[in-house]
Amino acid sequence: MAITTEGAVQAATAAPARRRLPPMTLKLAVGLTIAGVIILFGVVGPLLVGNPSTVRDIGLTGPGNGFVLGTTQTGQDVFAQLAHATRGSLIIGVVVGALTLLLSSFFGIVGAFVGGWADEAFSLFTNIMLVIPGLPLVILISSYVPNKSIWLVAAVLAITSWAGSARVLRGFTLSVRSRDYVLAARISGEKRWRILLVEILPNLIPLLASQVVFAVIFAILGEAGLSFLGLGASGSFTWGTMLFYAQNGLALRLGAWWWFAPPGLAIALFGAALSLINFSIDEIINPKLRSQTRAERNKWSVKA
Amino acid sequence: MSVLEMREVVKDYRLRNGLRSTRLRAVDHVSFELKPGRTIALVGQSGSGKSTIAKLLMQLERPTAGSILVDGEPMRYHGAGAAAYRKAVQMVFQDPFGSLNPYHTIAHHLARPVKLHHPDFTREQVADRVLELLHRVRLDEDFASRKPHELSGGQRQRVAIARALAPEPAILVADEPVSMLDVSIRLGVLNLLAALQREENLGVLYITHDLATARHFSDEIMVLYRGAVVERGPADDVILNPQHEYTQLLAEAAPAPERRLAELGP
Repeated sequence: MAITTEGAVQAATAAPARRRLPPMTLKLAVGLTIAGVIILFGVVGPLLVGNPSTVRDIGLTGPGNGFVLGTTQTGQDVFAQLAHATRGSLIIGVVVGALTLLLSSFFGIVGAFVGGWADEAFSLFTNIMLVIPGLPLVILISSYVPNKSIWLVAAVLAITSWAGSARVLRGFTLSVRSRDYVLAARISGEKRWRILLVEILPNLIPLLASQVVFAVIFAILGEAGLSFLGLGASGSFTWGTMLFYAQNGLALRLGAWWWFAPPGLAIALFGAALSLINFSIDEIINPKLRSQTRAERNKWSVKA
Repeated sequence: MSVLEMREVVKDYRLRNGLRSTRLRAVDHVSFELKPGRTIALVGQSGSGKSTIAKLLMQLERPTAGSILVDGEPMRYHGAGAAAYRKAVQMVFQDPFGSLNPYHTIAHHLARPVKLHHPDFTREQVADRVLELLHRVRLDEDFASRKPHELSGGQRQRVAIARALAPEPAILVADEPVSMLDVSIRLGVLNLLAALQREENLGVLYITHDLATARHFSDEIMVLYRGAVVERGPADDVILNPQHEYTQLLAEAAPAPERRLAELGP
């Protein structure tokens, strides 16, 4: 009996090495550069600048005269404030991102994988958390707690924002868990935790990565919104509090662009950079998601 | 462990429709015996209970009544008995595009069952075994480092067969192993299964809806209709001399050029 080996033909071409890191596309390079510069500024900046709260009797002055970004109405150094605000916003973003990842993967993935009553209970809890409106809850908390630390604000933002991701993760886990390769792992006698961590979780990485990145953006924006309303952490600098003080100081009406533009731009640039990184992560982990631009498609067309 | 026996196995599913629930009998008092070196084909249309029997054998479902016996002893679902059972009975899935994890390399798919069934193996021994498994299914060694999306359907199914062979099973359940493949490579995969069966003296349960391959490939054919076995016997007898009307219908549905030519007449 002849045994056809249709594999032999293709096997002649060398198998490409396994790629773990994303190819350096323009998207990724731009995203990494912007995010890297902002993160570096947030880490190193506060060490190099003076006290951001020092009041001087020079009033509102434009850039120059010894102050890179000018001063506020009360003569505070805007550049020093921006350095501390960047650190504050990044801390909020990282803490909320990590908490959201933990909460949403626990309630979304574990519940769906275990199934039965655990799934029902977790899913009910997720749905309850989903309909709790974030902003009113934060306003409520801020009216009870007079001195809010940056950590409290981060915790509140995380608690009110994980439920949406958890639902998405649950849906995806339910679909992955009934695929044949998971059944095959069960048949070969894999332990349940190993099936979850090794067979299911890696397939959720693109989803998790994009959710973390968007949770960070959401947290920074959310905190900026709260601070702008005067509900943010007391006594700390973030991009949002800078905008709040600029608004209170009538910066826009006085044409003091150096006061409100830097924090606003920082928020916009950091959000854009994280989104660019996010798109690149998607493309490596799931080759099927790799975007086919028009140039890419044209390469495939047959040139006879 | 060598003989797997299903004795009067019944599987009911409860269908919930609002507050009412109805019962669907997917498998109805099915009995058969799988021995090493023998191939039994399980033939039937969609929904006749073929895949439920596969799930029962793979411990993914439990029978409502009846028993599954391994060398005369009832099947164990937990502990060392279950591990021994998984080593002895393995399965090839229908869909080669769904049965391999897109995230992992081919080597991972083959190395895991090897490690599970030989915890004492060193890394080199496991790697050697993976290459040996690839050879057994006639794939080249460099497939080990590839990922499933780089393989064709036939190549994937060969990997799935290699994975099933990794624990050195005595019995292989093949659930429509070629129905998702191109017609042109079906014969290759079936011949591979037949060759492996002879080499390893496997007992094969070949689940299919294709009478022609069932006859070509197996010693005995069982025809399943609505969960019950309506006809069974040596392959040639069942095909050439069908007794039950459903089997006759199946046999008539297969293309038969001679009959057609005779009908057209001179």
